[in-house]
Parts: sequence; structure tokens; C-alpha cells
Amino acid sequence: MSLAVLRTERLEKRFGGIVATDSVSLSLAPGARHALIGPNGAGKTTLVNLLTGVLPASAGAVYLDEVDITRLPVHRRVARGMVRTFQISQLFRSLSARETLALVVGQRRGITLQWWGSLAHEVSVLERVDQLLEEFRLASVCDRRTDQLAYGKRRLLEIAIALACEPRVLLLDEPVAGVPAGEREEILQTLAALPAQVSILLIEHDMELVFGFSRFITVLVNGAVLAEGEPAVIAADPRVKAVYLGSGAEHAA
Amino acid sequence: MLLATDRSRERLIVGFLFALAFVVPWLMPSRALFIAETAGVALFALSLDLVLGYAGIVSLGHAAFFGVGAYAAGLFARFVMPDPLTGLAVGIVVAALAGLVCSLTILRGSDLTRIMVTLAVSLLLYELANRFDAITGGADGLQGMSMGPLLGRFEFDLQGQVPATYALVVLFLALLLVRRVVRSPLGATLLAVRDNPLRAAAVGIPVASRLAFAYVFGAALAGAAGALVAQTSGFVSLEVFSIERSADVLLMLVIGGAGWVYGGVLGAVAFKVLNELIAGITPQYWTFWMGLFLLAIGLLGRERILRPWTLW
Repeated sequence: MSLAVLRTERLEKRFGGIVATDSVSLSLAPGARHALIGPNGAGKTTLVNLLTGVLPASAGAVYLDEVDITRLPVHRRVARGMVRTFQISQLFRSLSARETLALVVGQRRGITLQWWGSLAHEVSVLERVDQLLEEFRLASVCDRRTDQLAYGKRRLLEIAIALACEPRVLLLDEPVAGVPAGEREEILQTLAALPAQVSILLIEHDMELVFGFSRFITVLVNGAVLAEGEPAVIAADPRVKAVYLGSGAEHAA
Repeated sequence: MLLATDRSRERLIVGFLFALAFVVPWLMPSRALFIAETAGVALFALSLDLVLGYAGIVSLGHAAFFGVGAYAAGLFARFVMPDPLTGLAVGIVVAALAGLVCSLTILRGSDLTRIMVTLAVSLLLYELANRFDAITGGADGLQGMSMGPLLGRFEFDLQGQVPATYALVVLFLALLLVRRVVRSPLGATLLAVRDNPLRAAAVGIPVASRLAFAYVFGAALAGAAGALVAQTSGFVSLEVFSIERSADVLLMLVIGGAGWVYGGVLGAVAFKVLNELIAGITPQYWTFWMGLFLLAIGLLGRERILRPWTLW
């Protein structure tokens, strides 16, 4: 068994008397395709916020490459490779897709403390940007302001931004939520083509995507891990069926 | 904008307009003091653009830093030494320090909290300057500051030609500096923080330190503006801390448009020239016409006033 890229140890979050995350221990291997599922209110979003540093943990620890990052602020975790996408696209509305990616690649390469010069002159940054625009099928709309992009393109840019951060671990928060059927296939193909060495934690309601994409599934209920295992095991687990798939399977069909 | 490479047309236009501004005090000496003051106020508007237009920090008390710069330069000239450039540097440094202290407050809270806090700071400073009248002159203003020659050679003339040129040079250099910074990779991260702080943090940008940077930089430039106006007019009054001054500079930026570097300067010139023109026609009621003009901008949009033929 190889070392985990991302690991949590009895991670806990309380809001007053409510336990939103209850002693969660997760482990992501290098190149993992790991799905996190659970009914609404199971604490998936809280867990993502604990992992990324948006919320401070009440107890327990988060390790990235076996380094304790529990107390690091959001941007320092990103610098170490803990990157996320948002359920509702979070873009820089006045920038174009090309400008956005140039900024993010520049940030990743540590040139954004420069108060002189211009991203327009950073040849290697722009090469990487063109590559990303091509990979994510954004080249045709790359000079449009992001607030004028079609919904599906916004979702693609959301994932492209995350990849531009050169993640070790990528948290995908409902990447196909709300995407119209016509644009869905494009996103599914993009997800399938994500670099194999990146460990991915997928938070998703869409069972078709979860079972098609992941090789390992963790089921979260009431903030605690109810079950984990390979997709076939999870699909056959009667407890999971009872709390989740029983009602969810009809939606997915 | 961020990735544009051809800026030759822009250079031509800016160079031409500044050349024009530099010539006016010498061709029309009676307008020299007006030019000096307008240049100072334009620098003030530029500093607000950095804070509001680029970092997205809403400030209703930006006059605090203008006033701090003005009093620092004024007191320095009166009690320490009369050299204008040293006085300007003192105004910048003191205002930047004030900005650094205040930046601790703006990093917390939402836009409404920031409006309240920035307003409160300028009110505090206003009353402090009023209370310590033994040093500041209180409600009578700080008088008796005399400026030494610029660079040890050019005396500040009463007509205001040297002061006007001095103010224009400082404005021009500040504009070049701000333009350089906002178009740099660092400036790109400021835009990112303004547009979406949540996403900015999620791509690794330290949001708090970027906001603090923009705020302190803006405060330093506002201090330079205050110092310039104090030095070129030879007088500082409590009015430098007034809410009207904060409101006026906000109006200038709105008129010129925030977030494209030139908005503050153009807005300040438009505001000052309109003020002068309307006050010449109807001295009592000029604010009525100013208000009407602002309403027109708000309802029609700047584009359609400048290019009415695109209206229909």
C-alpha cells in the first residue's frame, strides 16, 4: 500500500451543539478516483470546507503528503496542491477565460508578486494557457468576459482553473450540477481525461457519474462515514440502500 | 486589457494631454493655481481608484489620508524645514502608516462595515485636528507655512506657475507608477480579489495581504495628493478631513469611471472645470447644476453623453 496523498484523522467540526463532521477518517491514494456521496445535509460541503481551510476544524487533523496542514490558511493549502472546484461556478467576471488562466498559471509559477512587467510577456505562461484552452474546448470563446460564457463553458473553465493550479489533490464539488443535457457530455469527457496522477475526490449527487467515474466510494451520513468500499460493494450494501440509494436510484435512472 | 500588448495609441493620447496641461500655466498664468489644485485633486481621485476600482474596497472616508498628508506636509514645512520634496515624502510616509493601521479594520467585515469604519476614521481625525489647535490652528487652519525653493532652485511664485508644474509632474509620475502596478502580474491578482475573493483564495492568492497592499498604496498616494494641495496653496484647513471631500472624490471617480487608471484624473478635471464654469455663471446654485449633471450620467451613462450620436 502506497502512502496516502490526502489523509484525514478523526476530523471533526461542531457548530455549537451540532456535529456537522463526526470523526471522519479518509484516505486518498496517488491517482485516486474517489467519490464522496451522501444525502442532502450529510455534511459533504462542510467536509470540503474543512479540507480546503475555509472552516477551521474543531478536532482531528488533515495531512497532505503526510504534512499536517490542519492550521494552514486556504491559499497556503492551494500552494501545496490542495485545489477545489465550486458547485456554483466562481469566476472572475470582468476577466476573459484567457486572462483568468494566465493569472492562475502566473500565480502558480510565483510571478504574481511582480509589480512590473505584464502577463502578456510571459511566453511560457501563455503557452500553458493555450494548451489548457485547447484541452478544455475553450479556445473559441477565450476572449469573452467570463460572465458572458454559456453555462457549460463556465463549468469547463471552473475545472480548467483548478487544473491550472497544478493540483496534487483535486476536490470536484458537483461538477455536472445544473448542466443542460446538451453540454453534459463535454464535461464528462473532460473529467475522464483529467491527468491520471492527480488524486480526485468527487462530491456528486449524480449516481451515473459517481459509478462511472470512481473506483472507491465513501458514503457520508449525518457527518459520519457510514460505509466505504469499491462501487460494487457500496451498491450491494443494504445500509447504503436504506439511507440513500433506495430513494436516490430512482432519481438517477 | 490584462494581456494587451499594443499600447502606442494610448501613449500618444496621454502624452499629448499631459503636454497640453504642462503648457497651460505658462500660456495662461491666471489659471496656474487652478491647474495646481486640479492636479492635486486628480492624484487624490487616482488613489481612490486604486482602492475602489482595483481592489474593490468601498471607502467613504478616503479624505482621512488626504488630510493626514496635508497636515503632515504643512506641519513639517512650518516647524521642521521648508523643502517641498522632503515635505511631500513626509506626507506620503505618514499617510501610508495611517493606511497600514486602518487596513486592519477593512480586512474584516463587509462593504457596509467598511463604509462606516472609513467614515469614522475621517470624523475622528477631523475632531483631533480641531481639538489640538495649538499645533494645527484648529478651525482657523494651519497658517504661516512658507515653501522653500523646489530642488533648491525654483522659487514657488505667487502666480503659481512653479507649483502647477510641480503638481503636474508628481501627478504624471504617480499615474505612470499606478499604471505599471495595476497592469503587472501583481495588479492582475488585485482584479481577481476585487472580482471574486472566494475564488482568488482558492487559486492561492493571499486575499488579505492584497487588500492591505492596495489600501496602503492608495493611502500613500492620497497623502501625496494632500501634501501637494497643502504645499501649492500654502494653507491647510479642517476641510481636508471633511465628508464633502470624501464625497467629491468619489463623484470624480464615478464621473471618470473606476478601474481603468485614467478615470480618476479625467473625472477630477471634468469635475473641477464644470465647477468653475457653472460657478462663473451662477455662483449660488452651482451645486444644483452639478447634481443635474450627475443624474444625467447615472441615467444615460457616460458613453451616451460623450457620444450622443450612439444614443439612437
